[in-house]
Amino acid sequence: MAENNQNEKENEIELTELFEEEPRKGRSPMGDAWREFRANKVGVAGAIFILLVVVMALLAPIITPYHFATQNNRNSRAKPLTGYTITTDYAEDKCHWYGTPLEWGCSLFLVGSDGLGRDLWSRVVYGTRVSLAMAMVASVVSLTIGTVIGTISGFAGGRVDNLIMRLVDFLYATPFLPIVILMQVYFQALARRGVSSGLGATLISWNQAMGGMLFIFIAIGALGWLGMARLARGQVLSYKQKEFVEAARALGASNSRIMFRHLLPNIVAPLVVAETLAIPGYIFLEAALSFIGLGVNPPTPSWGSMINEGYLGIRSNSHLVLVPGVLLALLTLAFNFMGDGLRDALDPRVHGS
Amino acid sequence: MIQYVIRRLLMAIPVLFAVVLATFVLVHALPGGPFDAVGEKAMPEQIRLVMERRYGLDKPLYEQFLLYVGNLLKGDLGPMMHLRSQTVNEIVSETFPVSFQLGMMCVTLGFVIGIPAGIIAALKRNTPIDYGATFVAIAGVSVPSLVLGPVLILIFGVALDWFPIAFWGAEPPFILGIFPKPTAEFWHHAVLPVLTLGSGTSALIARLTRASLLEVLGEDYIRTARAKGLRERVVIAVHALKNSLIPVVTLLGPMLAGYLTGSLVTEQIFALNGMGRRLISSVAQREYFLLTGLTLIYGVMLILGNIMVDVLYAWVDPRIRFE
Repeated sequence: MAENNQNEKENEIELTELFEEEPRKGRSPMGDAWREFRANKVGVAGAIFILLVVVMALLAPIITPYHFATQNNRNSRAKPLTGYTITTDYAEDKCHWYGTPLEWGCSLFLVGSDGLGRDLWSRVVYGTRVSLAMAMVASVVSLTIGTVIGTISGFAGGRVDNLIMRLVDFLYATPFLPIVILMQVYFQALARRGVSSGLGATLISWNQAMGGMLFIFIAIGALGWLGMARLARGQVLSYKQKEFVEAARALGASNSRIMFRHLLPNIVAPLVVAETLAIPGYIFLEAALSFIGLGVNPPTPSWGSMINEGYLGIRSNSHLVLVPGVLLALLTLAFNFMGDGLRDALDPRVHGS
Repeated sequence: MIQYVIRRLLMAIPVLFAVVLATFVLVHALPGGPFDAVGEKAMPEQIRLVMERRYGLDKPLYEQFLLYVGNLLKGDLGPMMHLRSQTVNEIVSETFPVSFQLGMMCVTLGFVIGIPAGIIAALKRNTPIDYGATFVAIAGVSVPSLVLGPVLILIFGVALDWFPIAFWGAEPPFILGIFPKPTAEFWHHAVLPVLTLGSGTSALIARLTRASLLEVLGEDYIRTARAKGLRERVVIAVHALKNSLIPVVTLLGPMLAGYLTGSLVTEQIFALNGMGRRLISSVAQREYFLLTGLTLIYGVMLILGNIMVDVLYAWVDPRIRFE
């Protein structure tokens, strides 16, 4: 009898143990998306390449032998992998790697040198900073402005919506590029003339610190959010009538709380995907502006201006174009692959097909 | 439909007015005028004043603007300040056809290559053909004209020596003021620039066609069409294709805007005498009227293009009705 009792107790313990399962790993939507994204090899490769470029940009002073503006006049237009002899004082003064195990790099043009004898590798690596800064600032600015304006427009509806959308239509019909060019020319001329006081002077000194990119950023910020605003508005319109919004309102949530706590998390995924796919366009825009001489100020290296310096001599010195060009193509390719992967992972409609 | 188009055209007027105003103000706010220098030397004060009076630059800005708008309404884009033997109208009639021909050929290339490639990729889904086409398409979208142009020049112009690497093969006078004489020289010169600017478009169209055709093929009406025994060819060509083109048409609008950036670069790389190249050079030379005029023409093209896209949109998707 006693034995039996004990048995039962043991059974009970086993039963409770059975029911008290160890906490299972939940399958959150974000976790699902992450798993889906990781399965997409090409997308992951793109993301890894972008990370690599980010690391290059951050570590630029460490992984390059020279500053991007350092000229070596006796060795201009050197082909890739040419070594050269340099006087010790030159190397000691200018080379970051002098006196380190990497010292051999001071007398080798890894990917050649440009027309002014500047080390192409150093310039290409510093050039990542310009492209990435453009990608980051342009996408963050246009995503933020576009989302806020689009959300407000879609949520408010009525007259406000009408007004904002007419404004967006209006701006949409303006030729973006000539206006950006004109703004860039205007600001560059202002900077050349030199404004000594007030807001203008502050802006110009910031612009100088950024190598002449501030005004491209401003121009993009002023005009780049239009598509994003339309997309965000459409998303808000499709979620606005859902029950969870009504529930939030019944609980007494304020309009801004509904917009930014309840609606925004639902609409943000397609916006981020669209923005990722827009990034190659921004990178290309900066490169194109620099190519036609209206981008960054020399000697700041941008891949676009490097292509511009090289393309007239393309027959004899193709590496001057190919090195920045291939990197530019690879970076935009990587953003496209990553964007595609993100879309497949985040867009619920794609699942199952 | 006609009413809709007319309304859109009327709505475009304030937009164009604002573009002209903004350009005008920005251009005139630029420090330094067009007559500050002759070559390297500074222009003598007296002559500068005479020249500025000649072009009305000594008047207050609003008066200049009213004068300019008045001339615009008469179809006069203004005089050139440095190349004084020509007017802006002449420059535009020389350069616009080149840019227009380039753009039209790129659009054509985009559809002729993009749509069939997209259909084949969708029909051969998840086969090596599909993967190959998709990869080429993504690569084509990603390689900017800035890079593709020099690479094509290197391969087909320098190494193989198949195509000329600069200049446009047609010169004014153009047929009807806009079309080139279709000589062998013209086609020969057009190959590389059109490939440079157009391959991105065809890749984009191919990708979009594939995606939307796959979506359409999953619809019930396709199953119905198959169930009633239609041949696969008919199902694709009659039932699926037109519907799958709707998203492709929406793409045309942004594509037109994209050509602006692209053509600027392409015309520069291949030294084509088009509007983009003139725009860039006019910036440096402070050609006030040319700069404003070209921006205005870009605006007009953009607006007309978007209206055309909307009309096309109604044609492929009859559910869209214009009120």
